[in-house]
Amino acid sequence: MYSYQEFDRTFVRERVGQYRDQVKRRLEGALTEDEFKPLRLMNGVYLQLHAYMLRIAIPYGTLSSRQMRQLAFIADKWDKGYGHFTTRQNIQFNWPRLIDTPDILDALADVDMHAIQTSGNTIRNVTTDQFAGAAIDEIADPRPYAELIRQWSTDHPEFQFLPRKFKIAITGAVEDRAVIRAHDIGLQLVEHEGRIAFKVFVGGGLGRTPVIGQELVDRLPAEDLLPYLEAVLSVYNLAGRRDNKYKARIKITVGAMGIDVFRAKVDEAFQRLRKVFNGQDLAILGDIQKGFEAPEFVEKSQDAYFDALDNDSGFREWVERNVSAHKHPSYASVTISLKGHGDTPGDASSEQMRAIADLAERIAHDELRISHEQNIVLPHVAQADLPGIYKTLQAIGLATANIGLISDIIACPGMDYCALATARSIPIAQDIALRYADREAEIGHMQIKISGCINACGHHHVGHVGILGLDKAGVENYQITVGGSAGNDAAIGEKMGRGFSVDELMPALDRLIEAYLSLRLNKDETFLAAVKRLGTIPFQEALYVVDQAA
Amino acid sequence: MARIKAPVVVTANDLLSGEVVYLDASHRWSAELSAAKVFAAIDKAESELSAAFNEAEVVGAYLAEVTEGALVTPKHYREGFRHKGPSNYFHGKQTVQGAEVAA
Repeated sequence: MYSYQEFDRTFVRERVGQYRDQVKRRLEGALTEDEFKPLRLMNGVYLQLHAYMLRIAIPYGTLSSRQMRQLAFIADKWDKGYGHFTTRQNIQFNWPRLIDTPDILDALADVDMHAIQTSGNTIRNVTTDQFAGAAIDEIADPRPYAELIRQWSTDHPEFQFLPRKFKIAITGAVEDRAVIRAHDIGLQLVEHEGRIAFKVFVGGGLGRTPVIGQELVDRLPAEDLLPYLEAVLSVYNLAGRRDNKYKARIKITVGAMGIDVFRAKVDEAFQRLRKVFNGQDLAILGDIQKGFEAPEFVEKSQDAYFDALDNDSGFREWVERNVSAHKHPSYASVTISLKGHGDTPGDASSEQMRAIADLAERIAHDELRISHEQNIVLPHVAQADLPGIYKTLQAIGLATANIGLISDIIACPGMDYCALATARSIPIAQDIALRYADREAEIGHMQIKISGCINACGHHHVGHVGILGLDKAGVENYQITVGGSAGNDAAIGEKMGRGFSVDELMPALDRLIEAYLSLRLNKDETFLAAVKRLGTIPFQEALYVVDQAA
Repeated sequence: MARIKAPVVVTANDLLSGEVVYLDASHRWSAELSAAKVFAAIDKAESELSAAFNEAEVVGAYLAEVTEGALVTPKHYREGFRHKGPSNYFHGKQTVQGAEVAA
């Protein structure tokens, strides 16, 4: 992992000191709320429905056990004993008091963490593959580049007041697990003539105008990454609309300009900026890469592992669902599901956080990841240690074997917490998980993603089944989309028709799933594959058969 | 957004805690909806809102529609969630208002 240097520590401490003074001045009345709001937001402090919310950056979703324990400490001391992991690979605390937030930020600084640029029209936390550095299909670890982007973009004076927020995702693997084409910039590491290069996508995004990112350049040499990113941001900063926040994201700029014109402008800026970058960025990258060297893998007897596979069906199922192949043949990556049936997607108690931190420290090379699917990952686990990890997870209620299944739902906080939401997401996710708990193996791979408003924090557009909660004349109403995908075949789901009330929603999903089960060629044809083969009409007819009968 | 209709209460979030609060008849902010002053006329509510609003105490004050009966209840479900707390945990006002909220 990257370790903070003295520069990072000083910078973060100074920001906490500035923020502490800003809170003091707000409480004394020297700052109005209008003056204070942008300042607190720059430090991740939002005001939600019931309380303030603090959003903490987890750079590219990577945490140490020490950092996870500190999050547990914060949850107990200043919040309500739990934290909510988000689709941005961050964590949110839903109940801090304003007066406590400077102390929380100081506690974060103690473990080299902060909440800077988790709000505002800046470059947000760079996200990546939760299996980075471990995945068997990886070309190169993307995290050093993510860290380079973090250092470049943090407090970058030119990019603190962009037309709108800006999200960058990066993957180093063949399979896209970072939804790169739904980000303002998506970076895919590729190998070209023995060297690392980037395929760059631009203008992706969800929200009220969902767009799949377009290819901007197919083989950008890795050494040109920062000047090229700066060129893209510079063009956007000048051309992006500031008159209408709903038209201000780069996807609108690219769409209005056309990808070819946009590319030409970027190339022009790149030629100018490339000269400014004198190689210092590459020297920094070299230092950063030393912090991301693979751990020393240990060979252990696998007898207990194979014995458990043979004799414990629960363990076998968990391995099948929650354990992924690792680049080292006797290692694996473990996804700890935060989607227990009936639980709130993405939530972990302080007790669970500490237990996971202990696991990571004792037997998983002290590394943890947060996935954009709101689960926690132990990236480096010897297969020999899997039975012990499974038992520990069982003891803390986190051994649900459901990764990639219907109950592994992404859900935003929705109207249970979020001031922007138009309907609830969490209870819908809970109901779905409980309803299909006994049938999820039969249903197979299915990604349901739920957003409580058009801003699409729950990624509903790219769900195999997307659910969008809206306010229809004072009643919660849920629109269903079908056929979205977050992977290499990224696609925006197709809206099926009128929305459903809360009472109508579960029966509608029942009809949708029964239609799939009856239409699929065999058990190996996933829901998404069936939609691709058949189109959406059979599923639309299943959803609205009640209307046709009326 | 549809034009707001009386009866209404004045609501905001407490500056220090962020907790949902309501303006009572004594021009003080209460955590209890049952203590809120219910206005039968929008213009009266708006004038009291500007008179009572104190940035040193609350954030984002506005008018919210309610229904009067044996209990004053929020008209829109958003206000209902603000009044009750979240549906996944008893972490909001449920913890101190169990009986009223459950009703």
